[in-house]
Amino acid sequence: MKILVCLKQVPAKDAPLKLAPDARWIRDDVSYEVNEPDAFALEEALRQKEAHGGEVVALTVGPARAAQVLREALAKGADRAIHVEGANAHLLDSYAAAEAITRAIAGESFDLIFTGLQSDDGGYGQTGVIVAELLGAPHATIIMRIEPGGDAKHIKVKRELESGNFQYAKLPTPAVLTIQSGINKLRYATLMGIKQAKNKPLAQVSLEEIGVGPNLNRQTVLRLVPPSKRKGTTMITGTPKEQAAQLVEHLRNDVRL
Amino acid sequence: MILVITETKLTAPGKFNPASLEAVAAAQQLGAALQLPVAAVVLGADDAALAGELATRKLAKVVRLQNPALGAYNPDVWVQSLVQAVSQLQPRYVLFPHTYQVRDYAPQLATRMAGALISDVTGFRVENGQPIFLRPMFQGKWAAEVAFTANSAPGFLTVQIGAFRGDQAEAGAAAAPLETLAVTPGPSPLHAGEVFQEAKQAVDLTQAPIIVAVGRGIKEPKNLDLVRELAAALGGELAASRPICDSGWLPMDRQIGSSGQTVAPKLYLAVGISGAIQHLVGMKGSRTIVAINKDPEAPIFEVADYGVVGNLFDVVPALVTALKNQA
Ligand SMILES: Cc1cc2nc3c(=O)[nH]c(=O)nc-3n(C[C@H](O)[C@H](O)[C@H](O)COP(=O)(O)OP(=O)(O)OC[C@H]3O[C@@H](n4cnc5c(N)ncnc54)[C@H](O)[C@@H]3O)c2cc1C
Ligand SMILES: Nc1ncnc2c1ncn2[C@@H]1O[C@H](COP(=O)(O)O)[C@@H](O)[C@H]1O
Repeated sequence: MKILVCLKQVPAKDAPLKLAPDARWIRDDVSYEVNEPDAFALEEALRQKEAHGGEVVALTVGPARAAQVLREALAKGADRAIHVEGANAHLLDSYAAAEAITRAIAGESFDLIFTGLQSDDGGYGQTGVIVAELLGAPHATIIMRIEPGGDAKHIKVKRELESGNFQYAKLPTPAVLTIQSGINKLRYATLMGIKQAKNKPLAQVSLEEIGVGPNLNRQTVLRLVPPSKRKGTTMITGTPKEQAAQLVEHLRNDVRL
Repeated sequence: MILVITETKLTAPGKFNPASLEAVAAAQQLGAALQLPVAAVVLGADDAALAGELATRKLAKVVRLQNPALGAYNPDVWVQSLVQAVSQLQPRYVLFPHTYQVRDYAPQLATRMAGALISDVTGFRVENGQPIFLRPMFQGKWAAEVAFTANSAPGFLTVQIGAFRGDQAEAGAAAAPLETLAVTPGPSPLHAGEVFQEAKQAVDLTQAPIIVAVGRGIKEPKNLDLVRELAAALGGELAASRPICDSGWLPMDRQIGSSGQTVAPKLYLAVGISGAIQHLVGMKGSRTIVAINKDPEAPIFEVADYGVVGNLFDVVPALVTALKNQA
């Protein structure tokens, strides 16, 4: 099976996010990591390859720094990588990002394409489904398990639904799957893997070359604003001991502990 | 016109997914601001009962999509049916509740109709006659003002669960007219099975009056004893955010949120939980919410009644001591 995994580089979970001067995005000088469900998508692709053979290709759309997620993917066992490079990649909406992904792989045929179900920065939760639509391929979302589908042309997947419900679905390949965090247990890159990664192919293509930019956007972020508070929160300050004493006092009155 | 696409409850066809009424309320508010009438679409099993219920709301009409294939949900069947409905009804905006089902097909529908889908909308305002929508970004740490570009017609929107109140969906002066629209979706290559629950829930957190929930701030499974002690000191149940259950540190039936349990205890104490929307939807109905987090900007504080900014490894033991002393 030939599997493409789309990996997005996003600000690290605990990075302090300050506004950029134009307020349309956050300041760039933070630490980055791979989007969490994308890491699970890569792991799943590697496991599928180990079980059934084939090739795993990692792809990212992002500025120069985003190559880091590809190097990590190669170190973990991806066979090759594609970097769709553009300094303004963060301004693409899901539709334009999906155009970038599909144009960058034009001429290749994958049996499966994995994306994460949602990005931690944009949080659109759409890119994978739009990739499927642009390719004319079937898709299934929020996947928690992938099995052979009875014959070589089908797969069986377990979809997560609301409130602890699940559903199996059978669909033909090629197909696009959006992967949920927790589908598997992540591996670490080994020293050997990191060494081997240096010799694996990392292709580069620019957004300009494939004709993708924010001009394709169908929606646009005008500016970022602080989230609105829904409640008047009482903030409790002091040393931990003082905070604890005050909180217990409040709870005694409010909750009648 | 504004169209709102409603949805039946996953495990109880014939009943509304409550998020549907919230989307109706959002559509009515948008319609009032833009002076556009609102119509609702029902499709799926038991649509007649839902159409009847919808007709009591202030709507220009309720349109039932009709085809034998519109029983159980299938993405291709839904997309093809709704392409026909939207092409026929020609709305400016199409609203959906932000459910798992909508996440599965709405991006495809919008793309096929050369539109954009603005997802997880929490509010809007109108500037120079054009609506500007608000949605969370960066896991709720920032909100974004978003607009459709000239490339998008019509505009598709999903409404965040809990952002609008379903009980504020306006009732109509008279019953809204019911229409049926025959649609002709083709076959789908995807075959979906029955909806099922994984295992019997061993604990029913919905009945617990006090819940101490722990998140990734706890760092390692061995530190869980800290929050276990807190739960014991409060006489409460232990619960967790998703990553804790995904990692197997606590069983899945203790997970709170959109893919876990929804609770509304009298006291919910969130320890080292950031407050992602998928967690918040499972607990924000709690009567008193306390958040302990080292990051003063963590979105959990937006729903908290009491906020303690601090290192949980200092605050939680101090809290346990204080609780024991007062007992
Ligand atoms: C479709 C879908 C369904 C989902 N369903 C659910 C669901 O049902 N339930 C759910 O919870 N999530 C769900 N999620 C995941 C959700 O988006 C978040 O990723 C998750 O809730 C984050 O968990 P967390 O707050 O524990 O971790 P993080 O977001 O990593 O937050 C950890 C927090 O701990 C704080 N912290 C760190 N160290 C300390 C310290 N020493 N002292 C004090 N504070 C500290 C940090 O400041 C941070 O705020 C779902 C996501 C999707 C896309
Ligand atoms: N710039 C990008 N580069 C690579 N993959 C992406 C990019 N943007 C989105 N994706 C993929 O699409 C998924 C969903 O993203 P989103 O639609 O932004 O929530 C992510 O988890 C990634 O797998």
